[in-house]
Amino acid sequence: MSNTIIQFQNVSKQYDEDSLVLDDVSFEIERGKFYTLLGPSGCGKTTILRLIAGFTEATKGDIHFNGKKMNHIPANKRQVNTVFQDYALFPHLNVFENVAFGLRIKKMKNSEIKAKVEEALSFVNLSGYGDREIKDMSGGQRQRVAIARAIVNQPEVILLDEPLSALDLKLRYQMQGELRELQRRLGITFIFVTHDQEEALAMSDEIFVLNKGTIQQSGTPNDIYDEPINRFVADFIGESNIVSGTMIQDYLVEFVGKQFTCVDKGMNKNEPVEVVIRPEDLEITSHEQGMLQIKVSSQLFRGVHYEITGNDKDGNEWLVHSTKSVNVDDDIGLKFEPEAIHVMRFDETEEDFDKRLDSYSEGDANEQS
Amino acid sequence: MNNHKLTRNLYMVPYAVWILLFVIAPILLVIYYSFIDIQGNFSFANYEKFFTPVYLKMTLSSFWYAFLITLFSLLVAYPTAYLLTKTKHKQLWLLLIIVPSWINLLLKAYAFIGIFGTYGVANSFLEVIGIGTQQLLFTDFSFIFVSVYIFIPFMILPIFNAIDTINPVLLDAARDLGASKWDTFRRVVFPLTMNGVKSGIQIVFIPALSLFMLTRLIAGNRVITLGTAIEQHFLVTQDWGMGATIAVFLIIAMFLIMFLTSGFRKRGA
Repeated sequence: MSNTIIQFQNVSKQYDEDSLVLDDVSFEIERGKFYTLLGPSGCGKTTILRLIAGFTEATKGDIHFNGKKMNHIPANKRQVNTVFQDYALFPHLNVFENVAFGLRIKKMKNSEIKAKVEEALSFVNLSGYGDREIKDMSGGQRQRVAIARAIVNQPEVILLDEPLSALDLKLRYQMQGELRELQRRLGITFIFVTHDQEEALAMSDEIFVLNKGTIQQSGTPNDIYDEPINRFVADFIGESNIVSGTMIQDYLVEFVGKQFTCVDKGMNKNEPVEVVIRPEDLEITSHEQGMLQIKVSSQLFRGVHYEITGNDKDGNEWLVHSTKSVNVDDDIGLKFEPEAIHVMRFDETEEDFDKRLDSYSEGDANEQS
Repeated sequence: MNNHKLTRNLYMVPYAVWILLFVIAPILLVIYYSFIDIQGNFSFANYEKFFTPVYLKMTLSSFWYAFLITLFSLLVAYPTAYLLTKTKHKQLWLLLIIVPSWINLLLKAYAFIGIFGTYGVANSFLEVIGIGTQQLLFTDFSFIFVSVYIFIPFMILPIFNAIDTINPVLLDAARDLGASKWDTFRRVVFPLTMNGVKSGIQIVFIPALSLFMLTRLIAGNRVITLGTAIEQHFLVTQDWGMGATIAVFLIIAMFLIMFLTSGFRKRGA
C-alpha cells in the first residue's frame, strides 16, 4: 500500500552485550498522521526514533522507507528531520542561520533561503526573530526554532524526541495544541516520543505503547484508553483499579468474591483474568445499593472532581473520581455498568486481543438482527 | 554588610601586592630603562635605533618564526586533540601528552642536540635508509621542529577542552539536517572550538616571540629573535636601555595579540 511511509520488520536492537533494547518490533507508519511512541524511560521509544533518523543501526530486521530498505543509509541522506529533546540548536549561529542550516548544506540560493526561512519562522509565530541569538530566546521560543529548523527542509517525516519535556506546564499545554495544529496544516507525518500519557492522548492519531523493548498495544487514543490490553497499559494510561478475577463463563466474571455481568466473552471457562475499572466509571451510592462496599480512607479535591480512595473488606484499594463529596471513614457503595468492566487475559498477544474485540461487535450485530 | 566588604578587600591585598610588585613595577622599570641610553642619559635614541633596518628585520623574522611555530603547532595539535576526544580513555591519553611539558625546556633542548647531532639517532636513521648524514642541528628546520615539539601540549590542552565540551547532540543535529562529516566539522565543530584555538594561539605565539635559549642551542644563533636580542643586550653588551626598548615592543605585541584573539569573540557570542 502506497500510504505506508515507514515500515519496521522484526527489528531488534542490542548495544554491546546488554539485553535487547528493542525485541523483534514490527509496525507500519502511514503518511500524514500524528503518531506517538509512549512508554516509560528505557522502553526503547527513543531507540526507534534514532533508528528512523539513522543515528544508529538495527541489529536485526529491516526498516523500509517509501518501500525502500534504508537500514544502511546514513542520517544525512534521509528524508527525515528531528526535533531534539533539548533542541540542539547551534549556539554559534543566530535564529535565522539555525533554521537556514539545512538549506545552506543543500547549496540553495541566498534569496531562496531567505524566503523559505522567513516562511518557516512565520509558521511557528517567530517572524522577525531571525537576528536574535539563541541564548536570548526563551525555552518555548527555542522549541519553535527547533521546529522551524526541521520543517524548513520539507521532510516527509518529522521526529520529535520528548520536545515538550523541558517546558513548564502551561506552555506545554499550549505547545501541544500548536504542534497538533501545525501537523494538520503541513500534512507531514509526525512521530512524537513521550512518557507523558496525557500528552499522547491529547495529540495523537495513533499511539504505540511500549514497554521493555516491545510494542504492548497500538491504536487510537480512545481504543487504548477504553480497552487496555494488559495490566501495564491499563496502569500506564490513565488511572485504573485493577483486581484479579475469574472468567466464569461468557459475559460473567467473578471478582472480590461476587459475580458480575460484563460484555467480554471468548475466554476459557474459569480462566483467571485481571479486571480493570476506570475510576470515573465508578458511581457512589449508599452502602446497601452498592455492588461493591468500601470504607473511604482519603479524599482529595482535584478541582474538576474529588479523588476518593477506599478499601473493600478483602483489602483491595479502589480509586473513585466523583463530583460528589464523601466523608472519610464513611461506608459507601459503588455502582458500575457492565460496559465499565474490562477483562484482560494474561499474556494475550495484540493479534488475539484485536480478534477477540472484533468478535464482540460481530456478536452484537448478530444479536440485534 | 560593611564587614563583608572589608574581609573581601582584605583578601584582595595579597593579589594586589603581587600584581604591583611583579607586574606593574617591572613594566614601569622596563619603560623607564627604555628611555636611558648607553651613557645613562635620558633620550629617545633607543627608539630611533629600533626603527633601523637591523632591528626591524629582526622583529620581522621573530614574528615569522613565531607564526610558523604557531601554525605547525596548530596543524599537529588540532587533529590530535580531535582524535583524543574520540578515544576510550581520553583523560589518560591527554595526561601522557601533557607529561613531557613538565620536563625542563633546557633538558629537552639538550636531548635534541643529541638526537639531531652529526652522530645522533636521526642521522643514523637517514644513513640506514640511504639518504646519508645531513646537517640537521643549527638549521631553521630543527629550530621550528623543536619549538613545535615543546609548544604542542600547550596548544592541545585548550583545543581538547573545547572539543570535549561540544554537546554530541549538536553533531547528530547537523547530520540530521543533511550535513556530511566534512560539513559538520566545518560548520559546527570548528566554529564551536574557535575559542580553544584562540587560547592555544595566545599560549604559543607570545612565548614563541621571545624564545631565546633554543635559538642558541638548536639554531646555533642563526635565528635571532627579539628574545635573543633582549638577552644579549642585558647580559653581553650591557646596553640595558636597548634591551628594555625591545622589551617594550614585545609587550605591545603581546597586548595586540591578546586583543586580536579575544576581541573577535564579540561577533561569535
